[in-house]
Amino acid sequence: MVEVHHLLTSAQFAEIYTLAQVAPGPNVMYVTLIGWHLAGWAGAAATTIPLLVPATTLTLLVGHFNERYPNAPIGRAVRRGLMPITIGLMFASATILMRAVNHDWRGYLLTLLTVAVVLRKSWNPLWLLAAGALAGILGLV
Amino acid sequence: MEQSESPKPRVSRFALFLTFSRISLSSFGGALFWARRGLVERQRWLTEPEFVELLSLGQLLPGPNVLNLTVMVGYRFAGWTGAAASVAGYLGWPCLVVIGMGILYQHYGAQPHVQQALAGMSKVAAGLLLATVIKLAMVLPRRWRPWLFGMLTFVGVGIMRWPLLWVMGALAPWAILAAWKEQE
Repeated sequence: MVEVHHLLTSAQFAEIYTLAQVAPGPNVMYVTLIGWHLAGWAGAAATTIPLLVPATTLTLLVGHFNERYPNAPIGRAVRRGLMPITIGLMFASATILMRAVNHDWRGYLLTLLTVAVVLRKSWNPLWLLAAGALAGILGLV
Repeated sequence: MEQSESPKPRVSRFALFLTFSRISLSSFGGALFWARRGLVERQRWLTEPEFVELLSLGQLLPGPNVLNLTVMVGYRFAGWTGAAASVAGYLGWPCLVVIGMGILYQHYGAQPHVQQALAGMSKVAAGLLLATVIKLAMVLPRRWRPWLFGMLTFVGVGIMRWPLLWVMGALAPWAILAAWKEQE
């Protein structure tokens, strides 16, 4: 959205992503919000439906195959082979987001502090987001 | 004794819709915890191993993992209309909530306090995503090949900023082939 089509600035993207992150429901809802931001209700539908239909159709096919042949070797090879690629991709988007939202060492410190807390404690992430909001209002980050 | 393959209960489409509505509306800051609680502990539709199995499949498919899990659970218990009912419950409410928040943002977004709060939250949100990826990376086997494919994908997309589909297209066939050879 930002790099290819220039519909949003990185800062707008980061704000919308944050809104979707604090809302209940899956994080992809930021796509709905981008559509709504650009073109109202029609835009929300226009971005959400194309996101869902191909992915869920593929999932239905795979789900069907998986229910019928749970131990097929090809299924196992695909599952295992794609796993590292999926994780590498998610790691790439996490670092891209981190660089888009942070402008100085204090921002990076808050991001890395969040990582440390999530890996060690099972606190509700909502408290961490609230702490981030407070740190922002107080001018700490 | 409870076997890992549970007898498949017949679940109505309405029950699927209600359960996924509840999961989705309580899932602030990540749906996974609530999905497991709803499906395994409350409803007992899935055993723990069945949940992990469907989730890891959902992880590999394009699209968000819990959404893929929703589709597969709905399909398992009530066919494709069950999948549709589950997705409607899982996504319908958040769509409305997130747009409501967007409307509030349009009215109050220009205020400096709101801007500062969102800036602070976005740094935490980046940390939440990074931590989730680190947790998921722990499921990779401790062998050099999966980690090499993971690193190549990360460097291609995250550092070189090459187009996603090219990187996927170049690496995925080799990764699947390598996993296939390993089985033999």
